[in-house]
Amino acid sequence: MRNIPISALIGLFFTGLYFLGAIFAQLIAPYGVAEVVGDVWEPSSAKFWLGTDNIGRDLLSRMIFGGQTTIFIAASATLLSFTTGSILGFTAAVTGGWVDQALSRFIDLIISLPTLIFALVVLSVMPVTVFVLIVLMGLLDSTRVFRLARAVAVDINVMDYVEAARLRGEKTAWIIFREILPNALSPLVAEMGLRFIFMVLFVSTLSFLGLGIQPPAADWGGIVKENKDGIVYGIPAALVPAIAIATLAISVNLVADWILNRTTSLKGGRGG
Amino acid sequence: MADILLDVTGLKIEATAYPPGEPPQDITIVEDVSFQVEKGKVLGLIGESGAGKSTIGLSAMAYGRGGVRITGGVININGRDIRVEGTGGLRKLRGAEVTYVAQSAAAAFNPAKRLMEQIVEATLAHGRHSRKEAESRAVELFGKLGLPEPETFGSRFPHQVSGGQLQRAMTALALCPEPDLVVFDEPTTALDVTTQIDVLAAIKEAIRDTGVAALYITHDLAVVAQVSDHIMVLRHGKMVEYGDTDQIINRPAMDYTQALVSVRSTDHEEKTPSPQPILTVEGVTARYKNAPADVLRNVNVEIHPGQTLAVVGESGSGKSTLARVITGLLPPSAGKTVFDGRTLPPSLPERTKEELRELQMIYQMADVAMNPRQTIRTIIGRPLEFYFGLRGAEKTRRIQELLDEIELGDGYIDRYPAELSGGQKQRVCIARALAAKPKLIICDEVTSALDPLVADGILKLLLDLQKREDVAYLFITHDLATVKAIADSIAVMFQGEVVRYGPKSQVLSPPFDDYTDLLLSSVPEMRLGWLEDVIENRKMESAGN
Repeated sequence: MRNIPISALIGLFFTGLYFLGAIFAQLIAPYGVAEVVGDVWEPSSAKFWLGTDNIGRDLLSRMIFGGQTTIFIAASATLLSFTTGSILGFTAAVTGGWVDQALSRFIDLIISLPTLIFALVVLSVMPVTVFVLIVLMGLLDSTRVFRLARAVAVDINVMDYVEAARLRGEKTAWIIFREILPNALSPLVAEMGLRFIFMVLFVSTLSFLGLGIQPPAADWGGIVKENKDGIVYGIPAALVPAIAIATLAISVNLVADWILNRTTSLKGGRGG
Repeated sequence: MADILLDVTGLKIEATAYPPGEPPQDITIVEDVSFQVEKGKVLGLIGESGAGKSTIGLSAMAYGRGGVRITGGVININGRDIRVEGTGGLRKLRGAEVTYVAQSAAAAFNPAKRLMEQIVEATLAHGRHSRKEAESRAVELFGKLGLPEPETFGSRFPHQVSGGQLQRAMTALALCPEPDLVVFDEPTTALDVTTQIDVLAAIKEAIRDTGVAALYITHDLAVVAQVSDHIMVLRHGKMVEYGDTDQIINRPAMDYTQALVSVRSTDHEEKTPSPQPILTVEGVTARYKNAPADVLRNVNVEIHPGQTLAVVGESGSGKSTLARVITGLLPPSAGKTVFDGRTLPPSLPERTKEELRELQMIYQMADVAMNPRQTIRTIIGRPLEFYFGLRGAEKTRRIQELLDEIELGDGYIDRYPAELSGGQKQRVCIARALAAKPKLIICDEVTSALDPLVADGILKLLLDLQKREDVAYLFITHDLATVKAIADSIAVMFQGEVVRYGPKSQVLSPPFDDYTDLLLSSVPEMRLGWLEDVIENRKMESAGN
């Protein structure tokens, strides 16, 4: 912990800022999320730091509440996709045989369908709620995690220490959680940062297309959608959430890089 | 003194280490090493891993591997200091005046190009010969090195020749540009004993015929004694002893050299077999899934309580497969294993916890046999917890007891495997096996990856533990010196069959069958002229792999 590189510090600072903003949204937002407080597209002022949006709501407040929604959905979906993806991936690698074949081919099938189209089809027949969004995004994304987890676990599975555990008579759960998982963590954690960002982009895309978060609730993709018409008139309201998405993506990845570096050079790590 | 080719004085080599969480620090790898090589003479560099022998070898080409820097001393080749040469000068030197033979030929050849293409590459690049001359020289070298069909050998791809042949092909590669000096970096270490002897003889002959000088790097003193005129013993990057081969082998002056010379002399009194064997392997035949042929054919052996059966053979002879059958990882297609009077279920999942406990295993590579993310406490503690349900203070006490038994003592219990040396790691693996209080431990090449002195310590420890714990060993090895040191009975395996089996005294005394004779005679002996004697006297050609 003594020498955190400057890039990681920057990443940590912004990631922390966004997450704190998301957690304490209700306390720090100056106005309500759906509260019309001014004129349409007012420029930034002491009263409205970022100006107002297309129907006169405070943009800063909507950004803060939108961040809360976006980050909550992305984080929950990432968590879901990692839990399902890695448990299934490890199981496939450790069990092998037809279990591995069946799982892998099924996942291949899902992966071959374009994610966005798949999601749009599902969302057009399902009620669009936060819960459905999280489950849908999490499960779709878990296919990517499955492939990574399986590939990493197949490598570790042939190590002598795993064989030693088998010869000892250990159950599959011990082999997965105590022998394989600790050694597979660093690539998975690095991937997690990346996947989190894809989730942010994914939920923003869905909202932009109108199938994500429904108004009057706010999320970053939705704010872009609501204010996109202003761009032709030189009004920057749509750019604010876009910048937020970009900086969050970069800062989370800076942190993930640093974690990857740190864990690989840990005692017994794979050298860094 | 005759013509000095390579003259190294006061060599100092440093590298930068990056310990996690600490600022980078410079470490000295080699310090104050001086030696000379005359034209046409061979200098052997010997030492354990980390002694700096490869680093010194590469410094003859003014090359430092991965961040290694030559920071002091003078390296003179043919009278000029190559440390002050620029990149251009070094490029002319490397691959032409000085060439290099790497340990793993399989990793050093480009699999996508034919051998000839790669062998003449450096010669052509340096303009030493025309393509035609270079190719005819290569063919001539193939013949000298005893490679089959020298005329067409070069048109093969690396995967089409065996490991021993590939190693010889690399020697041809190094000799092709007619260099003044060749650096041999453990050229026979990765080969089987019976192959090693052929390659060694070929290298020796080629060196003599071409009149090239050589640096021969190895950790095996008996091997280096066969090929070199002078020997330098290294330890921790410093010179221990430097003299001619006869003096080093027969009259070593320093303690460390004496230890190296006497390392293979451990002997072990054979025990008489008891009436009831602990493990009987009856008519076992086995093959891997989808494999065309049986890996084991009708294997019958017995192990007696508190005794050691050594299984000897070359790679591919089926020794490790036998271990897999006994442990249940590979159910046999015929035959059975009887353990302590009961027939063991053939596959692992059918065996009871008790059956698993009584049969433990120690691996060749201690590095990968322990989970790098677990501390010694977990590694040794888990079998205690798993088999005996020990917890808390009682478990800790027992772990410490086991650590004392393997002579590691205090301060190790919370370390990670990466914080141990090679020998210590293997000791922890032994403790993990012992923790289960087994009746039989399968030791799969447990000393092969270790330096000779460290390996000796492990063997002594195993013998000691056998006396105290009355545990039997199935000891798999390709090294007959190790067998002499530890076995009570021996099974010699060749192509999946046991060709010779019995008490040690009987197996190791004549008359021998051809294969056992080949195997026995191939073990390098610590005396001059051994290589020539063997090549002249043996009955059977090695398989040439």
